[in-house]
Amino acid sequence: MNELEHPTGDPYGAKDGKDLVSGITVFPMEPHVPRKADIDPKAARRAERQVATMFGTSSIMIILFIVAYVNIPNTTLISVPVIGTVNANHLATGVAFGMAILLIGIGAIHWAKKLMPDVEVTQERHSLTSRDDERQAVAESFARGKAESGFGERKIIRRSLLGALALFPVPLIVLLRGLGPLPGTRLRETIWDKGIHLVTDATYRKIKASDVPLGGLINAVPENLLEIEHEEETLNQRGKASIIIVRMDPAEIMSQQGATWDYQGILAFSKICTHLGCPTSLYQQRTHHLLCPCHQSTFDLSDSGNVVFGPAARRLPQLAITVDSEGYLVAQSGFDQPVGPSFWERG
Amino acid sequence: MSTTQDSIVTPDHAAPESKGGSVAYFIDDRLASANFTKRLLDKVFPDHWSFMLGEIALYSFIILLLSGTYLTLWYNPSMTEVIYNGSYVPLKGVKMSEAYSSTLAISFDVRGGLLLRQIHHWAALFFVAAVSVHLLRVFFTGAFRKPREINWVIGTVLLVLALLEGFSGYSLPDDLLSGTGLRIAQAIMQGVPLVGTYVAMFLFGGEFPGTDIMPRLYSIHILLIPGLLLGLITVHLIMVFYQKHTQFPGPGRTESNVVGFRLFPIYMAKAGGFFFVVFGITVLIAALVTINPIWMYGPYTPSQVTAGSQPDWYIGWLDGAVRLMPNLETTLLGYTISWNVIVPALVIPGIMFTALGLYPWIEAWATGDKREHHLLDRPRNAPTRTGLGVMALSFYMILMISGGNDVLAAAFNLSINEITWTFRFLLFVIPPVSFVITKRICLGLQRRDNDKLLHGYETGRVLRLPSGEFLEIHEPIGEAERAKILAKADVIPMELPAAVDANGVRNPKAAKSIMRARLSQWFYSDVIPTPTDEELRAAASHAEHELHEAQAHIKEIASH
Repeated sequence: MNELEHPTGDPYGAKDGKDLVSGITVFPMEPHVPRKADIDPKAARRAERQVATMFGTSSIMIILFIVAYVNIPNTTLISVPVIGTVNANHLATGVAFGMAILLIGIGAIHWAKKLMPDVEVTQERHSLTSRDDERQAVAESFARGKAESGFGERKIIRRSLLGALALFPVPLIVLLRGLGPLPGTRLRETIWDKGIHLVTDATYRKIKASDVPLGGLINAVPENLLEIEHEEETLNQRGKASIIIVRMDPAEIMSQQGATWDYQGILAFSKICTHLGCPTSLYQQRTHHLLCPCHQSTFDLSDSGNVVFGPAARRLPQLAITVDSEGYLVAQSGFDQPVGPSFWERG
Repeated sequence: MSTTQDSIVTPDHAAPESKGGSVAYFIDDRLASANFTKRLLDKVFPDHWSFMLGEIALYSFIILLLSGTYLTLWYNPSMTEVIYNGSYVPLKGVKMSEAYSSTLAISFDVRGGLLLRQIHHWAALFFVAAVSVHLLRVFFTGAFRKPREINWVIGTVLLVLALLEGFSGYSLPDDLLSGTGLRIAQAIMQGVPLVGTYVAMFLFGGEFPGTDIMPRLYSIHILLIPGLLLGLITVHLIMVFYQKHTQFPGPGRTESNVVGFRLFPIYMAKAGGFFFVVFGITVLIAALVTINPIWMYGPYTPSQVTAGSQPDWYIGWLDGAVRLMPNLETTLLGYTISWNVIVPALVIPGIMFTALGLYPWIEAWATGDKREHHLLDRPRNAPTRTGLGVMALSFYMILMISGGNDVLAAAFNLSINEITWTFRFLLFVIPPVSFVITKRICLGLQRRDNDKLLHGYETGRVLRLPSGEFLEIHEPIGEAERAKILAKADVIPMELPAAVDANGVRNPKAAKSIMRARLSQWFYSDVIPTPTDEELRAAASHAEHELHEAQAHIKEIASH
């Protein structure tokens, strides 16, 4: 059979079998093939029963949801194969509620597919563009309004209005000034200073140089972080002042940022990655490499904290340390450069 | 309704026949809505599985509004420090923000709270996924073409808003993982030249993390962005409704009609039912599969981090871009430009979203195609566009996989450095290769379509003739398939304009036109025309002849 011999007429906006708009060949609709439920009343009744069963089961699920919500304590944990240990109330209410909703959906779609007519309907599109005379009429209305308002001729009104409109959002922007302080020197400063003790991060204990094992790593903060404890600034300062302390054989130290910034092979570096500020934390004792888990910038702590891999551009700032008279680690001074990620004014 | 009062205004209304009728009369007496309602009920939508992707996005959004409203009843966006004393034993006595402790309370102390949280998080993942796949469908079928460019731009904006909404949402629990994400976002802001430190200081109310960010993120997450989303989604849907949906080519489908089913009752049941299906599946998954177990991460503190920390999937490509970027930073006149931050986090996404939003105009300009399109392209019939799409997609996928380079390294025991270098390399190799391969596949499929038209499909029935010859019987393809294949509109690349006109005067616009014509010729290069009517007729009679011959052979074999 050749499609070109199909009677075309013009039922589809087509001429000579071609779409008037695109020029592609138009084929007539295919004849409708009746479904089982269309011709067999038994099949129709069966579909009806299926739909009603789904809707009915949905209602039962809602009742189960309420029973589970009320009766299962929120603290009961149960172990389910595959899923693991879960909150029994969460699981039961969730499954009941989910099934209730799902069954309404499947029921409605089953109803539409089996019992509602499946004969395709054709509708014409309306034009999405106006006629020229309609456009002209709009242009005329606009011109009339413009002339009546005098917007074009009364220049002084127009200009002063445009000026006023341009300025009126300014307060809305100025008001945003209250959002926060100006950067100032905040990003350059930490609370580290000469003589500040290095204390362990979690327990705030002073660290004796002799307690740092060879090859070990200690997370530390400045002792004066305790003084601002419970105040708004704590986390801010912690985010800048956190350091890591490592100890290596002094012979293995290839270089450091200051000649005597270590104490018998004990080195302290800023913990805050110079890339995007994550705490660097994965230390490989053998290579002295410190890796940031966020974007894998890797720093060589035996070589001035230089970047050996990854997107970080700058080495980790080193904190010069020594010991006090009792042998506890203290800072020789604050950091000599801003810690953490770069910023425009950093230089 | 009473008739005496109304009859003054509208004297000749008949009395309503039912309760529903009187409600309808009440409304119509105030809005004259009968005509609109009739058009609404009778409105025809075409049917295709891929048209449901946008529906999934819409329904997920509704689920998000619903579940999110519940979450606001218990969540407390405060960074005030408290000592946890809820029912999750491992964190008892731990210092944390009220934001985190209230999220723990939702997860452990509020009955059904965990279910709501899990529904919300899963729905968010589905929402962005559905938006993305819907975008791919619209792109690869050319549904963005005139007259639907505006809706394409709205869709692009919706995608960006969806990403921001997702990020601001999963930052709210203030757990260790989300806090790390927030720290990275803050550091990116801080890295913006000129204004970066100001933007970061203002948004966070000072240094990171400060105490202002949670309340601010909260109003951004539950008011600002959802308001924009809701408004734009409404416009998006009104446009779909007003311009009518596109349809795939097939029997009876033309550029000037819509073939499908009426809104009432078919789509009322099907699309309405599908809302419940999406909702039901979301709830079931929320009940069965734990997502974002914030209690395992612990409260946020800027000096801690977990290894293998990954963002939600839709942020993965940005994280990957940040990971792949080499460590370039320049200091110029005392100012620092962090190329390693702004290129992957701002420049690349900026270029990608701008190109995405402008694509309808780029293609129309390159092809010179200014016609309206309501019939969708089959992706194979627009090989250059499909190739470009797969190219962009492969670029995105490599970035996304790079976002998990540490996971890959751990899972396959590979060197993170080598993986990163491999992806840096592949990012520039795979996209052009995918373009070429995709385009070739499309052209191959077009040739196969032409073969099917001319020679029919292979039935798989092979005859062995008495002479020993083998013969496979071909039969003509069905009408529906024939209609689908022949719906490919032939395209004509623009012709190169002459640099000099007939009178020897230089054409001042020639350079631009030549570039454009070249682009058009490139876009439409390797056009495979559909068979002409003559070829089809010849093929049809040839096929008939072959079929007769085969039948004769079969008879002959049978008689032996």
